[in-house]
Amino acid sequence: MDAVLEVLGRSAFVSLSATAIALVLGVPVGTWLALARRRGSGVLATAVNTGMAIPTVVVGLVVALLLWRSGPLGDLELIYTLRGMIIAQVLIAAPLIAGITMAGLQALPAELPDQLRALGANTPQLVVRLWIEARVPLLAAAMAGFGHAISEVGSATIVGGNIHGQTQVMTTSIVEQVGKGDFNDALVYAAILLALAFTINAVLTSVQQRAAAWAQS
Amino acid sequence: MRRTATAVRTLLTALLMAACGGDDDSGQSKAGTDKGPMILATTTSTQDSGLLDDLVPRFQEDSGCSVKTIAVGSGEALELGEKGNADVLLVHSPEAEQEYMDSGHGVSRKAVMHNDFVVVGPADDPAGIKGGDSAAEAFTGIAKTEAPFASRADESGTNTKELSLWEAAGIEPKASWYIETGQGMGETLTITSQKQAYTLSDRGTFLAADNLDLDLLVEGGTDLLNPYHVIVVEGENVDRACAQEFLDWITSPKIQDEIAQFGVAEYGEPLFIPDAEG
Repeated sequence: MDAVLEVLGRSAFVSLSATAIALVLGVPVGTWLALARRRGSGVLATAVNTGMAIPTVVVGLVVALLLWRSGPLGDLELIYTLRGMIIAQVLIAAPLIAGITMAGLQALPAELPDQLRALGANTPQLVVRLWIEARVPLLAAAMAGFGHAISEVGSATIVGGNIHGQTQVMTTSIVEQVGKGDFNDALVYAAILLALAFTINAVLTSVQQRAAAWAQS
Repeated sequence: MRRTATAVRTLLTALLMAACGGDDDSGQSKAGTDKGPMILATTTSTQDSGLLDDLVPRFQEDSGCSVKTIAVGSGEALELGEKGNADVLLVHSPEAEQEYMDSGHGVSRKAVMHNDFVVVGPADDPAGIKGGDSAAEAFTGIAKTEAPFASRADESGTNTKELSLWEAAGIEPKASWYIETGQGMGETLTITSQKQAYTLSDRGTFLAADNLDLDLLVEGGTDLLNPYHVIVVEGENVDRACAQEFLDWITSPKIQDEIAQFGVAEYGEPLFIPDAEG
């Protein structure tokens, strides 16, 4: 049981860290895409939406090619480490967060930015106001990013290596057990992973629903 | 323009956080392991047997080298070694290993142990191969009756062995009864069981796997031997000291004795027979 908890803690650590970093990257990009009216932003928006569909194993392969000793970033010794896995999961979660942020902000009344500017808001004030207005979809973006990160197995396998006691996470452990034919253990791990996802999403959902109620009052 | 600069700065900060902020997992390795990390690339069959979970922590204690064990197919393990992405290999694909050594990618190579392959299949045995001891004969029988056969098709040591057995039998297995799974031994055994097909498996994985509706049909032939070798990788970034130490350690009499005992308690027979001569 100790071993399961250790693996579970590692899954939570990697995916929560990745989600936090992906929020820092994805929300500004999504905001810029929602507000920008300049040439090129359409191409980037399409790229972000495509990023939501990239197979995690492809992200894993590209990150591994960069991080392997033979790769350009090999000297950083990030392959088969938790940090390497976090980098890969950031790349997986960030497009999702950027895409949902963009859609959430675009769903606000179109005249809102101009009205705020007319009231004298500078750009940072405008952006913060829009984020507050769009807090419900922004929390949805965080949950989608976290859900994608914690459930992915493709990049965790290639970049992490499923090293027992070091980089093994719940999903790679489940794949290993299926490979061995230990379906019972695999199902137990799956149930525990779902319980973790449920707990974290329960917290986020309760924040989101309180925010939604506040918006209506 | 300023906004772009801010965005770039945010991006860099976040990447730095990812690079530096993460938990220092290299520090999680056992106390007293101050050398390494050494990357050991090995095959899924050794990992699935549980042997490495037994041996690797002991080696870390004995040598002070921290180890990262990556379990992949023999083909991929050799590929990792060729690019210098691993320090030491424990693999079972003798012909490919010889080629690997001949092209100068290895410093040294030594026999560690062997187990054997077995041909497994459905209990009703439509190809009538049960009780034989030659894999080539068994494969001929399977091809003749066109009974389904599952191949791993993943360039692993087992897959390489299987292909050489078809070649020895003079058969080119390209037909609808020949199923290519592209997966590891455990997954392939599950597919074989579900399809009531035949397959070639290493004995250890077959014994360790549960939930299989398959019988061991052919064993013991000289063409079914499965030898494992340890290879110290040649390359400028390679941690050769730890790798060489691992080679010496796993072929030492003490560890060879332990390999001979591994699995006896659980399966009533050893999973591996030691091969290093002193």
